[in-house]
Amino acid sequence: MGLRNFFDRIEPQFEKGGKWEKYFPIYEMVESFLYTPKTVTTVAPHARSYIDMKRIMTYVVIATIPCILMALYNTGLQTNMAIAEFGANGWRAAIIEALGIGFDHTNPLANMLHGLLYFLPVYIVTLVAGGIFEVVFATVRKHEVNEGFLVSSMLYALIVPATTPLWQVALGIIFGVVIGKEVFGGTGKNFLNPALTGRAFLYFAYPAQLSGDSVWVPVDGFTGATALAVSASEGFQELAGRGMSWWDSFYGFVPGSMGETSTLACLLGLAFLLATKIANYRMVLGCLGGMIGFSLLLNWIGSDTNPMFAMPWHWHLVLGGYAFGLVFMVTEPVSGAHTNMGRYIYGALIGFMVVMIRVINPAFPEGMMLAILFGNVFAPLIDYFVVQANIKRRAKRHVR
Amino acid sequence: MAHKRREMLIDPLVDNNPITLQVLGICSALAVTSSLQVAFVMSIAVTFVTAFSSMFISMIRNQIPGSIRIIVQMVVIASLVILVDQMLKAFAFEISKTLSVFVGLIITNCIVMGRAEAFAMKNSPVDSFIDGVGNGLGYGLILMLVGVIRELFGSGSLFGITILETVNNGGWYVPNGLLLLPPSAFFIIGLIIWAFRAWKTEQVEEREYKIQTVEAH
Repeated sequence: MGLRNFFDRIEPQFEKGGKWEKYFPIYEMVESFLYTPKTVTTVAPHARSYIDMKRIMTYVVIATIPCILMALYNTGLQTNMAIAEFGANGWRAAIIEALGIGFDHTNPLANMLHGLLYFLPVYIVTLVAGGIFEVVFATVRKHEVNEGFLVSSMLYALIVPATTPLWQVALGIIFGVVIGKEVFGGTGKNFLNPALTGRAFLYFAYPAQLSGDSVWVPVDGFTGATALAVSASEGFQELAGRGMSWWDSFYGFVPGSMGETSTLACLLGLAFLLATKIANYRMVLGCLGGMIGFSLLLNWIGSDTNPMFAMPWHWHLVLGGYAFGLVFMVTEPVSGAHTNMGRYIYGALIGFMVVMIRVINPAFPEGMMLAILFGNVFAPLIDYFVVQANIKRRAKRHVR
Repeated sequence: MAHKRREMLIDPLVDNNPITLQVLGICSALAVTSSLQVAFVMSIAVTFVTAFSSMFISMIRNQIPGSIRIIVQMVVIASLVILVDQMLKAFAFEISKTLSVFVGLIITNCIVMGRAEAFAMKNSPVDSFIDGVGNGLGYGLILMLVGVIRELFGSGSLFGITILETVNNGGWYVPNGLLLLPPSAFFIIGLIIWAFRAWKTEQVEEREYKIQTVEAH
């Protein structure tokens, strides 16, 4: 192995006393990305199986593959459909015309390529901007750059709209990495989900580019309310009249943030994560239970003025970022609850909050991002009460 | 003595800053820093109230019965705040409207109360006055720092004068809406505290936990 030899040859330079001692984290990042890390946890209590952090993070990246493919396809599909009406513009259209592929939205290849031209720049900017800050912190704080950032950057790129300006993408991930993670000590010590922290920063800092009717499809002149916005103003029954069926939302052929439109793709990822036991099923059950329970309650209460009250749970499931958040954000082990009972409560709290924000708060049509961040903040408190309850229960056994 | 008084004035700026080290007066620091002009007026108002309330309380400190001292301090502070409020309404009505309730809430600002209780009750009027000015300036310094960041990047201007031309006015700068929301001051104050503690490492608190090394079996 030529590459292995190369790494072995240059390694002494990066070790203590070597010429590039300071840049050890960068060496370590590249080396452990390509090979198994030299130091894996082998002692109790942390080593309970052969799953280490590298494998967990890699599995999550694998689980996002269906979502990535749908992101490419659907972004291209929506764009090409809008181009048929409003005409093409920008450098991406120029590339496609130069390649002679055209903007036929019935051609899957053309859609994939067009989607790629939107997704790839966002992803590259995310990796570069976030990566630079990861490396800076790793160098100064002397910890390692791990595959966790691969997950954060992938999730982050999947949850921004295709129209987001690239400099905003960079600002968002930098905020997410620094404020959401590194300030608290890096991977494993973050109490917020870094990808969502970055997304939330963008959402509040640049609302014009991250929400509204014209940001979801990257074609000038195109405006179209998202399914959630239509439901909020006219009721979900109106969706059919606008050509948005439940199955369209389920498969993901609707406008939205790049990777989160397809419930089906998210569920495929969920199946993989549950089968490999990376995701904890308790959080998923809790989150589904909270969402279904509270939306059924609201259906029963009903409202004459707010059409969102009537939205059934299976619509909540497929619209907006619920499915994506459920699969990739709620189940994130670090920022979620750590006790088994706490995981149910944590999930249920998020499920409850997302319906609460969508239905009852008129300011935000979508609530998954805020609900998960809210859940993240409450996770340590939930754990505390679960542990205290357990201590009390066990203390009662010793009746003197 | 002169040396000590100079320290009283300088110390609260960085080394013992009421906001970044003692984390007092955060509420108004969040609320009034979205524009620099308002933050400036607020800083002056708080400096004025802290300085004079400390001085007056110090003058009567030997006459105040211990059991009702908080009430007496409140009376002095409240009178001064009303004075400031009336002055603002008379001479700077526009700013007074933007500051709205926050002028009145100087009464509850922990910095004013804290200096009265911790310093003015034990020291001479002149010292108390200098200490009050120092703490007011320390508060003002952070307010101005936060105000500069929030107004410059949130609306592209400083003291209302355009520095970065925003896109809405045909310029290039896309204003950051988060900085116009009060919670952004939390982030900024946090980052300032971070910067201060990186600079003055003695401000770093001791860890509440200890990292133990476990030997491999």
